[in-house]
Formats: sequence, C-alpha cells, structure tokens
Amino acid sequence: MPEGTLCNKQPIDTAEGITTLLADKSGKKYYEEMKHLEVDTDLLWKTIQNTCKSRIRTWLEICAHCGMCADSCFLYQVDGRKPTQVPAYKIQSTLGEIIKRKGKVDADFMIHCMEVAWSQCTCCNRCGMYCPHGIDTGIMFGYLRGLLYQQGFVPWELKIGAGMHRVYRAQMDVTDEDFVDTFEWMVEEYEEDFPGITVEVDKEDADIMYTVNAREVKHYPEDLAEAAILFHIAGENWTVPSKGWEQTSLSMFAGDWAACKMQVESVYAAMERLRPKRMVGTECGHAHRATVIEGPYWAGRKDGLPPVESIHYVEWLAEALRLGKLKIDPEKRIKQKVTLQDSCNYVRNQGLKNAAREIMSYIVEPGYFVEMAPNKEHNYCCGGGGGFNGIGLYRAQRNQALQKKRDQILDTGAKLVVAPCHNCWDAIRDLEEEYEIGIEWSFLKPLVVQMLDIPEHLKPKEDDL
Amino acid sequence: MYAVLTGPVFYLALAVCLIGMTVRFYLYFRGLSWQLDRVAYKAHPEAGFKGAVRSIYKWLIPFGTYGWRTQPIMTIAFFSFHIGAVAVPLFLAGHNVVLEQKLGFSFPTMGSGVADFLSWAAIAGLLFLVLRRLTLPEVRILTDKKDWGILLLTFLPFATGLAARYQVGDYGFWLTSHILTGELLLFAIPFTKLSHIFLFFASRAQLGMDFGIKRGGMKGTKMAW
Repeated sequence: MPEGTLCNKQPIDTAEGITTLLADKSGKKYYEEMKHLEVDTDLLWKTIQNTCKSRIRTWLEICAHCGMCADSCFLYQVDGRKPTQVPAYKIQSTLGEIIKRKGKVDADFMIHCMEVAWSQCTCCNRCGMYCPHGIDTGIMFGYLRGLLYQQGFVPWELKIGAGMHRVYRAQMDVTDEDFVDTFEWMVEEYEEDFPGITVEVDKEDADIMYTVNAREVKHYPEDLAEAAILFHIAGENWTVPSKGWEQTSLSMFAGDWAACKMQVESVYAAMERLRPKRMVGTECGHAHRATVIEGPYWAGRKDGLPPVESIHYVEWLAEALRLGKLKIDPEKRIKQKVTLQDSCNYVRNQGLKNAAREIMSYIVEPGYFVEMAPNKEHNYCCGGGGGFNGIGLYRAQRNQALQKKRDQILDTGAKLVVAPCHNCWDAIRDLEEEYEIGIEWSFLKPLVVQMLDIPEHLKPKEDDL
Repeated sequence: MYAVLTGPVFYLALAVCLIGMTVRFYLYFRGLSWQLDRVAYKAHPEAGFKGAVRSIYKWLIPFGTYGWRTQPIMTIAFFSFHIGAVAVPLFLAGHNVVLEQKLGFSFPTMGSGVADFLSWAAIAGLLFLVLRRLTLPEVRILTDKKDWGILLLTFLPFATGLAARYQVGDYGFWLTSHILTGELLLFAIPFTKLSHIFLFFASRAQLGMDFGIKRGGMKGTKMAW
C-alpha cells in the first residue's frame, strides 16, 4: 500500500479532511498506515538537491564530532545523558544519513527520523550557541521536518494543525466570524467596569493592529478582554483585523512550508489593507517567530521584514509602562518570589531579553524577582516547544523533557512563574500537573490588569454602578 | 625524493590547498540563499557584517564564549592544539627560510624556544583530544574513521618535525618524512574535514549574519555568545 487513506503525502485542504482525520482518535489508524507509507525517494532526493545548499551541507560536513553540543541540549541532560541524544548525533544519524543514502530510505527509517525530529529536538536552537563551528542543529531539524512532512511522515496532531491553517487560516477551527464575535462579546462584558472600552474591527490607519493566538478565542477569551482593557487604559488607537488575525503557525512545527506562507500572507494582507503603524502580537513565542521573524521569508519579502513594524506583546507592554501610558499601583505589585520564563522563540531568536525584565521591574516589588539559571538567550526550552506539547504519541518523552524546567524553577525558590508565551505557559501548567511542585504560572496581561492604577476619568462613575 | 618533495610537489600541494579552498569558499558563499536560509544577507549588509565579525572574533578567544567557559578543560586542550597547529607551520624560522627561497616572501618568525613550547603544547592538546574521543561516550558515538584519519594527518607533521628538530636518529629521514606528511596535509585540506581550517570562518560568519540580521542584531541586541 503506497498511500494510506489517512496517512499520505497529501496536505489537508478541506474541513471534511480535518474532521475525518480527527475522527481517528489519537491517530491510531493514521500511525498504522504510516508503517506502510511508501517513500518517494526520487522526490526526496530531488528536494534535497534543490533546497539543501551550502549552509546545511557545510554544517553536516565540517561537524568536528567534538560533542561540545551535548551538554547544551536539555533533552540530552534529562534523558540520562544518552549518547543518542547528542545533537550532532541526532542530526547526523537522520538528515545526514538520508543525504548519504541519496534519499534512498524506507518507511521504517522515516518513522525513526520523525521520532527524532519531533521528540528529541524542540528546535530551541540552544546547541547552535555552543558549537565552535556555529552549527545550528535546530535549524537543520526544522529543515528535516519539512522533508518528512512532504513525504507524509508527520505526527497526527501536526498534520491536522497544518490542515487547520490551510482551511481556516488559524490553528483551530475558529472562523473569522467566531473571532470577531468573541472579541466583541468579551469586550462588552467589561463595558461597565471600563466605560468607553471598545474593539474596533478593521479600522484603517490605526496606530496598532493587534493579532492573537486562536486558542485565546476558543479556550481563553478572557485574554482578548485583557488585551482590550490594557489598550483602552493606555489610550491606544488600536484595531483588530476581521481577516488575518491569527499569528500562530502550527504549520511551522509541522514543516508545511506552503501552509506557513498561506498563513502569514493572510496577516500581511491585513497589514496592507488596514495600514496600521505597527502590529502588536499576543503573548506567544512561536506566533511571533512565525509571523515576524520567519514569516517574511516564507512570503518572499527580500528585506526579511514584515510589511509594517511588528512587535511582541512584551515590547509593547514595556513601552507602555516606560512612557507612563500604563501605571502600576505600587501597593498591588507582586510581593512573593517570582521568576520569568524566557521563550526561545523571541529571546534566543530575536534578542528580546530586556523587554520582559523591564516589565518585571514595574510589576514586582524590588527584591522579589529571581532569575532562572541559565537565563536570557541561554535559557532552556520550557520542555514543550516546537510542537512537542501537542503530540500525544510522544507524551512520555515530553513529560520527561519538562524535568529541566521543573528543576530550574525549583532552584529559584519562586512559587510564581511569569510565562509570556503560550507554549511555555502550557508546558509549565503540565509540569505542575505532572510533578506537583506547588507553583502558579501566568501570562503578563492578567497580572498587569489587576495591578493597574487607573486614571479617574477612565473609572466607572458612581451613578453608573 | 627530497628534491621532488621540495620542488614540484611542494608547489602542487600549496596550489591544491589554496586554489581548492578558494573555490570552496566561493562555492560556500554562492550557495547561501536568503530565502532558503531565511536570512536577508543582501538587504542588511552592515548588520550582517557586524554579526559575522563578532561571531568569529568571540570564538577565536579562549574562554571568550559561554561554550568555551562551560568546558574549560576542553578549551585549554583545544587552544593548545590549535594555536600550535596554526602558528608553528606559519611562523617557524625554518619554514620561512623555505618560503623565502621558494616563493620569495616570508612571515615574521618566532624563536625556537617558543616554537618548541607551542609544538609540545599542540601534541599534548592533540593527545587530549584523542583521549576524549576514546573515553567520553558523547564523543565516542560521533567518532568515525575519518575523524581518526584527520587526527593522524595532523599528528604526523608534528611528530616528524619534532623528531627532526631533536635529531632523533636519522635527521634526513625525519626531514623528508616531515615534508611529505606536511604536503599530504596540504593536499587533504580541501577534500576532508580539514577544510574547516578555512570553512570555520565561513560557517561562523553565516551564523553571525543570522544573529546580526534576523535574530536580534537589528533589534539592538548583540548575541551573547
């Protein structure tokens, strides 16, 4: 059987396709079919010849096999320092081997590669900082994921996730109507507490166009309200697009580059249509990576930049606090030990290490903020990055991966972890569930909303109550 | 034998090494693709250049990076070996006499005491690298025959050179062996992992450009290597 009915090389482009695949609970049949999925070795080799150019080829060739990358990898550390978890070994024995064999590999080997690419690397890019030759194994695993996706060897959830982006331009089945309705409804809920609060959809020439993570619409609508409250109090001239509001990209985790392009172009089209001065994205790491850092390249933008200046939520929030647009009531600052999770996707991969720390300086009583060690660009992945959180097949490995973050948090002695990234937030929630270390975790928005010093004129009038 | 090795073979080895590496260098940079690598090299040359220089410079300094600092013993062995492996061939007085004769130019030279020290330090560093390959599981799993091959290729010119230097037995034999193994090394550079002697700079420059342009450089954050 060359192609399965559920597991095959075709991307999912219809809502029915998504429903069908979702009906196969946990991908049982999907993974069964994968064992018999034929590898199109000609296509594989042709793709490699066309896309594997000097950077990756040189990396694979000049790797000195020195093993200095070993300790930089948290998955190597938590897996009993197994030599098979050394980054150089992981990539040489998968992508390196496929190239050595000129693409002539079978389904078993591809399934092995899938396991390594999605359960032994979160594409956190930390090893790239510890290689004397500057070999970034995370980038190579991202590339390998693309090859595997093209051949149909991709975890079930990510095949569905990429399909969601193709069908809904969102990581979940959230339609544009759902988004607008939910946002407006959530804002209405707060009209009494914050008179004058409103969300204007598709307003042209606003200062800020706000984009979100579809999960917020579906599971955490409170987050939308908090964003609106903070923009409102800060007096921002802001809007949301009715189309192109989703900043995330599970297709990036899946290696579905065509879907990545479709997704990011929907956001760029909104920027071009509404001509905002800036785009601000929500507290999500990979969303920022996909839309702001990698997105321009998928969309073919030669300057590597989005159509308008695009910043992460932490950058906007730090700026609003710095400029006094938002004021914190000193009485309400955090007065317990608190630590900060640096997201790989915008700290290691875009250098935004100072913004969140600046925010902490406003919202935490001096003396209570404790850094993790290591931190900033050298911080470890939360344990669930790169799609790892969402893949049922590798849940055991993911749970083991959480141990590094657990230990880092325990070492700080903090009972509250600020995690301005959806993926990190999820991973930290799961690590508490799995290991019960007695911590709480939070995005920035809910914390800041509760400690705002609201100007009189924005407060509800007595007789309104 | 001696005449052939110091005559045509010498020129040939040097030419193969230098032309070979020039070609590889050229092919490397020609093969970089802004869209496949997702780095806008040409759009931001200044940010790219700064990132590249920083990335190379930091890693050339012993203990200059987190990577070096987290593995101090490896760092000492690594630099002991590499400083000798680069400086002794280029700046040894004897080598420069040959260079002057053959090519009409020479580099500044080092005293024999310094040369002895660097050579022995290089040998010690190399032996440590060998020991590391044999004992550490995370290095052993990566090690293949080619790795042993290039270690041997690098060891031989040092061993024969030192044997000649201290006139252990037949000086002529050691000198000829030294020239032969040295030339073998030159021939091997463009075609083996030894190409890293040059491609290190290319690869480090690339990642430096990546960080300088895309991963924070243009946001004003210098990568904390």
